[in-house]
Amino acid sequence: MLALPAIPLLALACVPLVGWGLRRAPVMAPWLAALPAALFLLVLTTPDGAMFSLHWIPTLGVELAFRLDGLSRLFALLIAGIGAGVFLYAAAYLEGHPLLHRFLAVLTLFMAAMLGAVLADDLLLLFAFWELTSLASFMLIGFDAHRAEARRAAQQGLMVTVAGGLAMLAGLLLLGDAAGTFRISAILAQGSTLAAHPAAPWIVVLIAIGCFAKSAQWPLHFWLPNAMAAPSPVSAYLHSATMVKLGVYLLARLNPAFEALALWQGLLIGVGTATMLAGAVLALRERDLKRKLAWSTVVALGTLVALIGIEDPLAATAAVVFLLVHALYKASLFLIAGIVDKKAGTRDAMQLRGLGRRMPITAAAALLAGLSMAGAPGFIGAFAKDLLFTVQLGVPRLLPAVALLVNAAMVVVAGVVAARPFMGKPMETGGVAKDPAVALLVAPIVLATLGLVFGMAPHLISAAIIEPAAGAILGRPTGIALGEKQGGTVVMTMSFAALGLGLLMFLGWRRLQPTLAGQTWLDTYGPDAGYGRAMRAVSAVAVALTRRVQGGSLRGYLAANLALVFAGAALVLVARGGLALPLPGPWAGPAQLALAAVILAGALAACRLRALFGQVMAAALVGFGVGILFLTLGAADLAFTQFTVEILAIVLLVAILARLPFHAPDARRAPERRRDALLAAGVGAAGTAILLAVLSVPFDPFITEWMGKAAVPEAKGRNVVNVIIVDFRALDTLGEIAVLLIAALAATVLLRRTGKPG
Amino acid sequence: MLDSLILRASARYVLWACVALSVFVLLRGHNEPGGGFIGGLIGALGFVFHALARGPPATRRVLRLDPLAWGGIGLLLAAGSGLPALLLHAEPLLTHQWMEGLPIGTAIPFDIGVYLVVLGFALAFVLPFLGEDAA
Repeated sequence: MLALPAIPLLALACVPLVGWGLRRAPVMAPWLAALPAALFLLVLTTPDGAMFSLHWIPTLGVELAFRLDGLSRLFALLIAGIGAGVFLYAAAYLEGHPLLHRFLAVLTLFMAAMLGAVLADDLLLLFAFWELTSLASFMLIGFDAHRAEARRAAQQGLMVTVAGGLAMLAGLLLLGDAAGTFRISAILAQGSTLAAHPAAPWIVVLIAIGCFAKSAQWPLHFWLPNAMAAPSPVSAYLHSATMVKLGVYLLARLNPAFEALALWQGLLIGVGTATMLAGAVLALRERDLKRKLAWSTVVALGTLVALIGIEDPLAATAAVVFLLVHALYKASLFLIAGIVDKKAGTRDAMQLRGLGRRMPITAAAALLAGLSMAGAPGFIGAFAKDLLFTVQLGVPRLLPAVALLVNAAMVVVAGVVAARPFMGKPMETGGVAKDPAVALLVAPIVLATLGLVFGMAPHLISAAIIEPAAGAILGRPTGIALGEKQGGTVVMTMSFAALGLGLLMFLGWRRLQPTLAGQTWLDTYGPDAGYGRAMRAVSAVAVALTRRVQGGSLRGYLAANLALVFAGAALVLVARGGLALPLPGPWAGPAQLALAAVILAGALAACRLRALFGQVMAAALVGFGVGILFLTLGAADLAFTQFTVEILAIVLLVAILARLPFHAPDARRAPERRRDALLAAGVGAAGTAILLAVLSVPFDPFITEWMGKAAVPEAKGRNVVNVIIVDFRALDTLGEIAVLLIAALAATVLLRRTGKPG
Repeated sequence: MLDSLILRASARYVLWACVALSVFVLLRGHNEPGGGFIGGLIGALGFVFHALARGPPATRRVLRLDPLAWGGIGLLLAAGSGLPALLLHAEPLLTHQWMEGLPIGTAIPFDIGVYLVVLGFALAFVLPFLGEDAA
């Protein structure tokens, strides 16, 4: 079964090719749509229940495991299918843009990550792909990086989703620990036994936080409308049809394991309902086409989360149908909003009027999508709406009332976005507007038309797509076929009531909107403002801390570091009773005693000499003395290294002394000198105590002997020191040279700023 | 830059003598004292001497690439030398592979990588202080 892992991995492999190839030949951009189209066919032809797994990090139990079932197939089809349309649209939308290749490369990366996330059968693999989508979203929202608004929105989206992702990672680790496996299919096979695990409430809450952040649930919903700073294809693809549904996906995926938990149901229904309400009010209040659509996406996501929380075959079916319906009409409407924005020069719903005559094809596509959104009879949206009402009537308390209000609000949004801009007298500024090129129209027309096709012929998708997906959410077959009449006259009445109320509100929207927009307290005390305050607070704390800790005195840093390291080490040594003297060994030879005297003299001279140059030379005496001492003790490699390092250090120090204005010999006053002397003596004493304690431990020659014996047969080298460096401990060495290079990189950057001749 | 005719004239010879010595030290390292770390430092000394005599811009011309780029090449080389064990024999990363009966194996590119990183590291630190106009 190699086709299954190929779906995300092939897309992933294409990312650098796309970036590199389109940079050279941007005219090829429309052909990139063939990639998602091919993946779509691949997903379609892969049989249900296909599995693939490869050990990836066996010591941690992480597997490169993929699995295709009804739920992941629905998502994968949406990702690849809508992807094909969006890629085609994006190539035309950003035609001639100097960074088109980068845009499409990141979009490809996003698609690969999404496919990976929904096909992954390993929790940690899913998490990796999940975070990759957040990163891709960050880059795409911030695509117009010269706009401050785009940069803020990109950062906000990343902060919210990644912070949620962090909570989710903790939840996933707990889940894997509780289940004894990270394989999702194995976890689901345990049925509802996990719900009784003592850690279950933690798992549920932590994972839900991650899903809620990703799927813009109240009160973490505020990043989504701001993400509309991204180009329209991104809004259509990431922020309505696919990425924001990832949270919904994971909740649906794990639903069979936790559905029995009251906390799970309450959390999902409660947060989902709150999100629906908040989104509906804010959608009515908005004038910007794209932001208005974004708020209605928030409503849809809340609806989906609440539906997953309701444990009922009908609710699962409703969730799946609504998911599909919403993806189709919302992606289509976003693409149309992009066209309107481009052609009419504004996205203000109050100003946009009468475009229908100049853009008849766009208007027709908008009308189709809008009707599906409003749930007009004949469209698949009508099925979704009937199912929704049937389910929501089954849950008493306030859900039916919320459903009525929210659905009416959706009718208003559909009207304002899909109908109002095209009706009435032509606006003055829209004089040049006309239907765009075919490449821009294909995707919205096809997506909107599918809403009608599926509405007329529900059997096309009922058994092949809807039932398997709903069954996966429920954990058992639903036995519900799409198209069967659901509910009774109550549902019918409610459906018409919502439509009627929506139409009334739509007609009065021009007067309703300013009233709602006047409620500025919604902004002042909203979570978006709270986010801004939190970020400013973080900056303020960082500034205050930096000012205190990093005063700019190099001598101060050095003193703090030395004091902390050596005082800490000495404290531990004393507290653990480690102070000890080594057993007296054989006395050092006369040569070593003489060298010790030289080293001591150098150290004293370094302290006493006044001129910096003399101090450097005295310190060098210490270094070379130690090097020769190594040589007399038989450590040739060590001595060798000590000499070369010493020479380099002297050259560097002398070069600096020659260039920088260090002519004043020593500006320290007497108390400072006394303090420094005390510090130096303390450091020296602590170092000596530590060394003595180390030497007092009996030496175990086991490793030395083993390495001495193994060097030639195992590593083909007689120089044990070098064999250790390049072979026995090669991984350590690799880490060390990586650190060296990072230090050099950092130094280069710093020296470029301040290293200019003074 | 120290303006001295003797230094300037001898710089090139000292440089290549140091580089030759450093390569010798690098290659003998497996059996005698030496190796990539020490070799890299000796090589760096040669370049530093050259920079002292003729100025860092001249040294950079001799180097062709930025010291950091040499370091990066070295890191890639060292990491890459660990891959054959992983990919061909499913052994842990950096288990060196040797040709049958010959002293040639993946430890050599690894040590050359260490050499280049040390060289690049030392020069990236020292050259900016030796009187070039910061880029």
